Amino acid sequence: MYKILKKRELNSQVTLMELDAPLIAKKAQAGQFIIFRTDEMGERVPLTIADYDRDKGTITIIFQKVGKSTMQLGLMDEGDSILDVVGPLGVPTHFGEGIKRAAVIGGGVGCAIAYPQAKALHNMGVDVDVIAGFRSKDIVILEDEMRAVASNLYITTDDGTYGTKGFVTNKLQDLIDGGANYDVVIAIGPVPMMKFVCAVTKPYNIKTIVSLNPIMIDGTGMCGGCRVTVGGKVKYACVDGPDFDGFEVDFDELMRRNSAYRDDEAESKNHICRLTGGVRHA
Amino acid sequence: MPNMQNTKTPIKEQDPKVRARNFKEVCEGYTAEEAINEANRCLNCKNMPCVSGCPVGVHIPEFISRVKEGDFEGAYKVITLTNGLPAVCGRVCPQENQCEGKCVRGIKGEPVGIGRLERFCADYMADKTADVQKPQSNGIKVAVIGSGPSGLTCAADLAKLGYEVTIFEAFHTAGGVLMYGIPEFRLPKATVQREINNLKKLGVEIKTDMVIGKILSVDEIMEMGYKAVFIGTGAGLPNFMGIPGEGLVGVFSANEYLTRINLMKAYMSDYDTPVKKFNSIAVVGGGNVAMDAARCAMRLGAERVYIIYRRSEAEMPARREEVHHAKEEGIEFVYLTNPTEIIGDEKGHVSGIRCVKMALGEAGADGRRSVTAIPDSEYVIPIDACIMSIGTSPNPLIRSTTPGLDTNRKGCLVVNEDMLTTKEGVYAGGDAVTGAATVILAMGAGKTAAKAIDEYIKSL
Repeated sequence: MYKILKKRELNSQVTLMELDAPLIAKKAQAGQFIIFRTDEMGERVPLTIADYDRDKGTITIIFQKVGKSTMQLGLMDEGDSILDVVGPLGVPTHFGEGIKRAAVIGGGVGCAIAYPQAKALHNMGVDVDVIAGFRSKDIVILEDEMRAVASNLYITTDDGTYGTKGFVTNKLQDLIDGGANYDVVIAIGPVPMMKFVCAVTKPYNIKTIVSLNPIMIDGTGMCGGCRVTVGGKVKYACVDGPDFDGFEVDFDELMRRNSAYRDDEAESKNHICRLTGGVRHA
Repeated sequence: MPNMQNTKTPIKEQDPKVRARNFKEVCEGYTAEEAINEANRCLNCKNMPCVSGCPVGVHIPEFISRVKEGDFEGAYKVITLTNGLPAVCGRVCPQENQCEGKCVRGIKGEPVGIGRLERFCADYMADKTADVQKPQSNGIKVAVIGSGPSGLTCAADLAKLGYEVTIFEAFHTAGGVLMYGIPEFRLPKATVQREINNLKKLGVEIKTDMVIGKILSVDEIMEMGYKAVFIGTGAGLPNFMGIPGEGLVGVFSANEYLTRINLMKAYMSDYDTPVKKFNSIAVVGGGNVAMDAARCAMRLGAERVYIIYRRSEAEMPARREEVHHAKEEGIEFVYLTNPTEIIGDEKGHVSGIRCVKMALGEAGADGRRSVTAIPDSEYVIPIDACIMSIGTSPNPLIRSTTPGLDTNRKGCLVVNEDMLTTKEGVYAGGDAVTGAATVILAMGAGKTAAKAIDEYIKSL
């Protein structure tokens, strides 16, 4: 059992939780993920580790309540315990050597992962521009945290209610046009966003790392459900990733595969028991 | 005077039409009278050919003699002297190639139903308090990585010798392939958990959610005071064919499909993990896993389920009983056929599988007949899902994080006859060493390793 030590709502859909998981905290590195299962009937769901504290023995997860399992997790409170947390899984992010300037791009809840990446780069002495995109002002998250580690923080909103109106890709293009010489770009967010970031960086041949989020079960290479085509080869995001060279990823295939259970998910969201508020007893 | 009937005492099975749509156990097992009748077919041969066919050396004629006398508890105790998982083995061992394959009664008729009798004894004891007692501890810690058949067996044998055994399991539930791979209708999960509970009574501690190679390395486990480590991590990485279309929606590895159903219980409505109901499914492969996947697909409501296998029925590696059961349940076998492409519709979902017909050639060095594609024989079978069940490879998580652990070119751990790896104090067995094989061979390896670990620790 893994106790929830802290819970904070970042916006109406996104929640931060700090979990008591000393062994995972001891080994976790930026870019790695955990798999949680709230209770006996729950799914196994992967979430990237947003932060960790080796001394306190805690890890932080940030999740958007999009499906039944994340909604179920969101119903849990400080002091409650999650049945299973497995990790740290996946390969830590490898930024590359000799990086002086980087752009870290987060889309929506992807900022939860973009932030620790930016922090890691900042701590390495890299000059980091953070571009954080949201649909609208009311769902902006982690602004202060990102500002603290970024040389420049650029917020974009689709509807123009905050920061610059437009997409992260517009801002990235502007910055590149304005002479920003990025050694590396890290993009974390919805698959279409990562695809279009790569379309921007490709003509300049700026190394672009993306963090993929395919459907997976075990997270140890066993099910093959998370397979993605990278450079024409089949890779398992759980053991070979989740980070990959964005220029090599077949994003269209990933989008199709990620939509495999969309109908079932919509159906199952309606099945959280209204009587118990989603609390189940096995 | 032994019972000279030439066929096995019939065993009650669920009607194929009914069971093809439920997950309840296919075979309902012997009654006490039936078990005694079957036991009386045993000639109690002095040279015990059956025992030589058993990878864990169950004292077969001895336990069958007890069954003849109606001493079922005594029979169970004889079995468990060498086999920690009798309820499992009685159900899933390929007895036809092992104990029963050597049975003298098999020359003129059917061999004694040794597997059925073993299962009977284990099931007979299921609801009785088997007096498992924690042996006197010797205070020496040994770690076992993986709680599949090899790990459970190794742990049980070491615990019986007094060692303090800790099993590290990556999943949230112990049992390995017995839980995620073999379906409920062939091996009820409550049966597996009962066997695991017996292990806990021996004092074995099981830590779940522990992916060794990530949360802890083998070296760190040794530093924690464990005097030896047994690696029984199985062959978990699914192989794909490398043909076009394997990235389409509706293509699964058998591992994924079976894990959703068996471990995550996706077929039960109160569990959250989804599994799709498809109408027409092709399962590629001819092993037990392929049979399991096909029969699960049928139980989830498919109209047509095909098993596509490139050789003929005679070469199929699956247990004979599974093939027989699958046929009874309406699975269609497409022999001498190999897929060349999975075809998708405009949304990227599977719509068909293009196959080529194959011809059998001469037997190769491994004794298996070669196959070659017949030119211009391609045709398409319309399907909406495809399950690849063409084998698995060992997981690299441990070998890539443990210096000094050698593997062969297939990624299998290299061991000597005592199951010792190339690293001192580290032993391995089961599919992690052999590549995908059977439950009982893995158990045999766990047993050998336990004995070697005991000798190693005593020599320190």
